[in-house]
Amino acid sequence: MNYSTLKELIELAENHDKKIFDIVQMVEAEQDFLSLEEVWDKMETSWRVMSHSIQKGLKNANPSVSGLSGGDAKKLSMSKPIYLSRELSEAVAMALGVAEINACMGKIVACPTAGSCGIVPAALTFAKKKHGYSEKEIISSLFTAAGIGIVCSINASISGAEGGCQAECGVAAAMASGALVELAGGSPSMVGDAVAICLTNQMGLVCDPVAGLVEIPCIQRNAGSLMQGILAAEQALAGVKSMIPVDEVIKAMREVGEALPESLKETGEGGLASTPTGREMAKRLF
Amino acid sequence: MIKLGKADSVFEVIGPIMIGPSSSHTAAAVRIGQITRNLMENPVKRAVVKFHGSFASTGRGHGTDKAIAAGLLGFDPADERIRDALDLADKQGMDIVFENVDLGDDYHPNTARLEVLDTLGNSIVVTASSLGGGTISVVEINGLKIELSGEYDTLITIHKDKPGIVAKATAIIADYDVNISSMKVTRMRRGGQAIMAVEMDHALPNEAIEKLNIIADTVRVIPPIY
Repeated sequence: MNYSTLKELIELAENHDKKIFDIVQMVEAEQDFLSLEEVWDKMETSWRVMSHSIQKGLKNANPSVSGLSGGDAKKLSMSKPIYLSRELSEAVAMALGVAEINACMGKIVACPTAGSCGIVPAALTFAKKKHGYSEKEIISSLFTAAGIGIVCSINASISGAEGGCQAECGVAAAMASGALVELAGGSPSMVGDAVAICLTNQMGLVCDPVAGLVEIPCIQRNAGSLMQGILAAEQALAGVKSMIPVDEVIKAMREVGEALPESLKETGEGGLASTPTGREMAKRLF
Repeated sequence: MIKLGKADSVFEVIGPIMIGPSSSHTAAAVRIGQITRNLMENPVKRAVVKFHGSFASTGRGHGTDKAIAAGLLGFDPADERIRDALDLADKQGMDIVFENVDLGDDYHPNTARLEVLDTLGNSIVVTASSLGGGTISVVEINGLKIELSGEYDTLITIHKDKPGIVAKATAIIADYDVNISSMKVTRMRRGGQAIMAVEMDHALPNEAIEKLNIIADTVRVIPPIY
């Protein structure tokens, strides 16, 4: 049993009357010559580290190594939300917080990368708090997220240097959206629609880190991408479908990534990095 | 963060567990320090660390200096002491100097050269590159070209180039039923200093290492760092 597209993954789940996470876990065990329990335990360890990084992120007021970032998660979590619900505002703070922990040399789980490490943990912690999902359900949903990430890496990219930020924060949001759909009892095909909708809204996002550091705009993009993930999950769960099939959306993302100039692929030479302020920051640091 | 190539495991997409902010500039730099430490017989006393390319231009902001120090102290990429590694090295009496250099176009943009002295005065020069997603490759030891991923139990010998050394070494490895996964041999010049790196599926027993010590000047056996 194996899969390299979302269509194959969805069909495997439907034909075996399973969830996507079951298939992803089974394939992983088979390929790594591990038992289902061993694979589960490794994922559980990742979840523990993610949870810990969320807790630390909300409290952390330390600046990053460069001094360019830090303290925004705390600001948001300490203030009374004006437009967002309390829960959503806290979720955004969690995404910022984990990304800030990464920037100040704290421990995180790359998901799929270090620069996009806040999105999936924030989405799942948000869902867990809102609906009381068990640890077991959350860890299962991490396999859903991982399956989506694997498919994106095979057919597009999960590297900002190869495909721009759409490949890092974009894919992280897609991973989160699929996990949220399956957590809420959505069908495998709804997972596909959530991923398609999410990547549609993230397509073209460039990788333009100021001074080449994983801070500006990476930390903010964790917050924005979290919202895109939740937005896509909500729509897919309501039955909204993507008019372009999910695997075609992923292929389109690959083409967009290839078409992006080098200056917008992690070189720190375009976009926000090349603004006067961005250049000034880089000059001051190096 | 660069994560090139196709993931074929869920733990390449959700993982590694690491200290931020960058797999290529932080996690990989820890591994470069780690493998250099493992190549030395004794703890590191002094190190001159030369950063090339993007390690030189954005390394400090990514904590690449702390990461290298952490690796030289023997920490792994998920160790929360990485942030304080420079102070910890200082407290242990380990003297580390960082410099920016241009090694030229032949080297990967994320490369570091470590000139290291151990507590007994033995020295080694290790040049290693960060290849993306936290993976590394040692490309030179003491100026001799090599390829070392650090993913395997590895045997490294430095010996005088003469016929039969490779055959003797592989025969010893085979005697202990250890499978070789990859191998690289290079030399400075004919009859000059030569290096051999053998990546293996299992660790070599001590008895095998003793036999190898007879045929080569320097024998090091290092464990995988992943």
